Amino acid sequence: MNPRTSAAVAAGKIAGAVSRISRLGGGTAVAGLAAERIDHDIVSNLVGQAGEGAIAVTGTNGKTTTSLMLSRIASGSALRPLHNRSGSNLMRGVAAMLVEESTFAGAIPDAKRRLAILEVDEATLPAIVRAAAPRAIVFTNLFRDQLDRYGEVDTVAKAWERALAPATRDDRQQTTDNRQQTPTNTRQTATNTRQTAPGTRGAPLLVLNADDPGVAHLGRGVPRERVLYYGIEDTSAGIESDEHASDFRTCLECGSELVYGVTFYGHLGHWRCTSCGNRRPVPDIALTKVTAGADATALTIGIARHDDALPPGEMKLRLPLTGLYNAYNALAATAGALALGLPRDAIGPALEGFTAAFGRQERFAIEGRDVAVLLGKNPTGLNQVLRAIAAAEGPKRLLVFLNDGIADGRDVSWIWDADYELVQPRTEWVLAAGTRAEDLALRLKYAGFGEDVPVEHDTGRALSRAVEATPRGGTLYVIPTYTAMLDVRDLLAKRAGGRRFWEDGR
Amino acid sequence: MTLTLHVAHLYPRLMNIYGDRGNIMCLRHRCEARGIGFELTELGLRDRLDPLGFDLIFAGGAQDREQAIVVEDLLASKAEALREAVERDVAVLAVCGAYQLFGRFYRDASGRELPGAGVFDLYTEHPGERARRCVGNIVVEWEAPQQIGHGRPGLRTIVGFENHGGRTRLGSGVRPLARVRRGSGNNGEDGTEGAVCRNAIGTYIHGSLLPKNPALADHVIRLALARRHGGVALAPIDDRAELRAHTAALRLR
Repeated sequence: MNPRTSAAVAAGKIAGAVSRISRLGGGTAVAGLAAERIDHDIVSNLVGQAGEGAIAVTGTNGKTTTSLMLSRIASGSALRPLHNRSGSNLMRGVAAMLVEESTFAGAIPDAKRRLAILEVDEATLPAIVRAAAPRAIVFTNLFRDQLDRYGEVDTVAKAWERALAPATRDDRQQTTDNRQQTPTNTRQTATNTRQTAPGTRGAPLLVLNADDPGVAHLGRGVPRERVLYYGIEDTSAGIESDEHASDFRTCLECGSELVYGVTFYGHLGHWRCTSCGNRRPVPDIALTKVTAGADATALTIGIARHDDALPPGEMKLRLPLTGLYNAYNALAATAGALALGLPRDAIGPALEGFTAAFGRQERFAIEGRDVAVLLGKNPTGLNQVLRAIAAAEGPKRLLVFLNDGIADGRDVSWIWDADYELVQPRTEWVLAAGTRAEDLALRLKYAGFGEDVPVEHDTGRALSRAVEATPRGGTLYVIPTYTAMLDVRDLLAKRAGGRRFWEDGR
Repeated sequence: MTLTLHVAHLYPRLMNIYGDRGNIMCLRHRCEARGIGFELTELGLRDRLDPLGFDLIFAGGAQDREQAIVVEDLLASKAEALREAVERDVAVLAVCGAYQLFGRFYRDASGRELPGAGVFDLYTEHPGERARRCVGNIVVEWEAPQQIGHGRPGLRTIVGFENHGGRTRLGSGVRPLARVRRGSGNNGEDGTEGAVCRNAIGTYIHGSLLPKNPALADHVIRLALARRHGGVALAPIDDRAELRAHTAALRLR
């Protein structure tokens, strides 16, 4: 064991414990920061011990849910995931999780059966690719999110391309970077045992959403056997209207306008370029049928890969989540699992028994009310959430938050691209909350909620008012942005007698 | 006589990045609340712009890749009509990317000069990839408050968000829209924000710009109606939610 790594792990564990005891803001990242300070290669050195290697999940929306689904599939395959499940997805969050999982001496216990499942922030992906050398990378989608922090969608797309440029070539073993040598070699030995799966050779297998032109683009120029495309084939899931939150209007190859045979939401759909022949790839893992129910979605997933790297097949399952975005998450997780060569019969049960990820369609029982928390942090994701709420039965009570913290994006202009109008007709009570509650109240006025949408800055008071306004047996929908979700969930977990998030898990 | 505001929205699909839809929603709301008709025409690539066909020409922000496509089309099919429209006192509102594109030229980070539509006598220069972007909440003070003030409190200010790498320098053919109270504005140095030339207004401020700056929105509507209808009095409407959002934004860091 590298002595520097052991020292870093010990420092991280102590810092994490101190932070937890003193309740310094959630605490999950503190351990990672402390450990990284001592050993810059802490992630590399700890992930390198995982016998089953690593898989990364990134993209704008859906990465928390997708990686949690993957983690459940892995658990059902007799593996022990190393998973940053609290959604702390910067390098320090990944480091913190690894420190927590490791012994004081810096060893990952039961290393042979460990698979690192890393949810990774879009901007952190390049660093994770270097540090963790993942066997596969699942890309969910690329939407505009936090323009002030990430820059434009194009900036993220370019950073991804740069991150993958060296990694997708065959010569990674030749790297002159000594720090990479050890973990890469370790993984090579470990993964040699699973030669039949497509994602086991030197470079990572790219698991790409064919329906997102910004994501599918990453597969251009990469050998076909290194790419697994997933997408929705069932055109009945498409929508007529042109949503207002669409981020890719033009072809990434030639700059001409893209046209869509069918749109699912945002810019996800069956796209093709009007001039250069660039078009949506045919998916290897396809959602051939999707049927929305009141509290579940029936999925039929077809596997048809032309090069026989994956035997063809079909899976039917009932996902206990609503919203087409969750169908995408399940599809992405399935594709990720297949990329790793996990057993197919572990996928169905894991998805059918799935409970919602942190702050994503989570439900709490609070004083006889059903409180549903649905994260809405950018126009496309929020529109999906609003669509799901609108489709539910009965009158609606809404507590909507708009925060402008760094993690939310300081610029709140995105609310004008979201369609709050979708839920207005059957809403009988609404409260605008968060640091930018007044901006939200104004947006809601335009959506037809009236001149006097009440405003509340204090999260605790907002929750109390909302619970009071909800009759016993009724449902309250809470729609927070990211930082508001952390606060709301903490308060709800306490009121529901639950555990706080860093203790959450299974 | 029933009034109708005819608005042309340039490149609504390609230039819609910073909640520009909110500006259109706001104009529509503030017209319809006063019984003024609102007619929107969306002009995309290759569509011709009739210089006198509209009361107001609006354009918003775009990503770099879309902006490059827009520039080419703008110069080929719309710039001349735009300049003529401004000469003939048609109102123009250009936000973010469109504000830069409507200047004389844009010098990018590598020093390359891209011609603009020449509506405003100004140019924009990118100081290099390493330079800090101008990002954050912004509060500016209107240069000509008597035009919009109505004696209502808090409305000498325009509030919103800015996010731009380029620095804009004004020429003698335009005057600044506002003075920066907090934020960067045109270039972070001379204290100016935006530009005004005849009835054309350009600004970096989005957020969206118009909904929580109702006085500015009404000013734009009046400018737009003036060419064909002379001075139009706009009846007061319920702006409580607008003023709450405006006032709250004055305090933002």
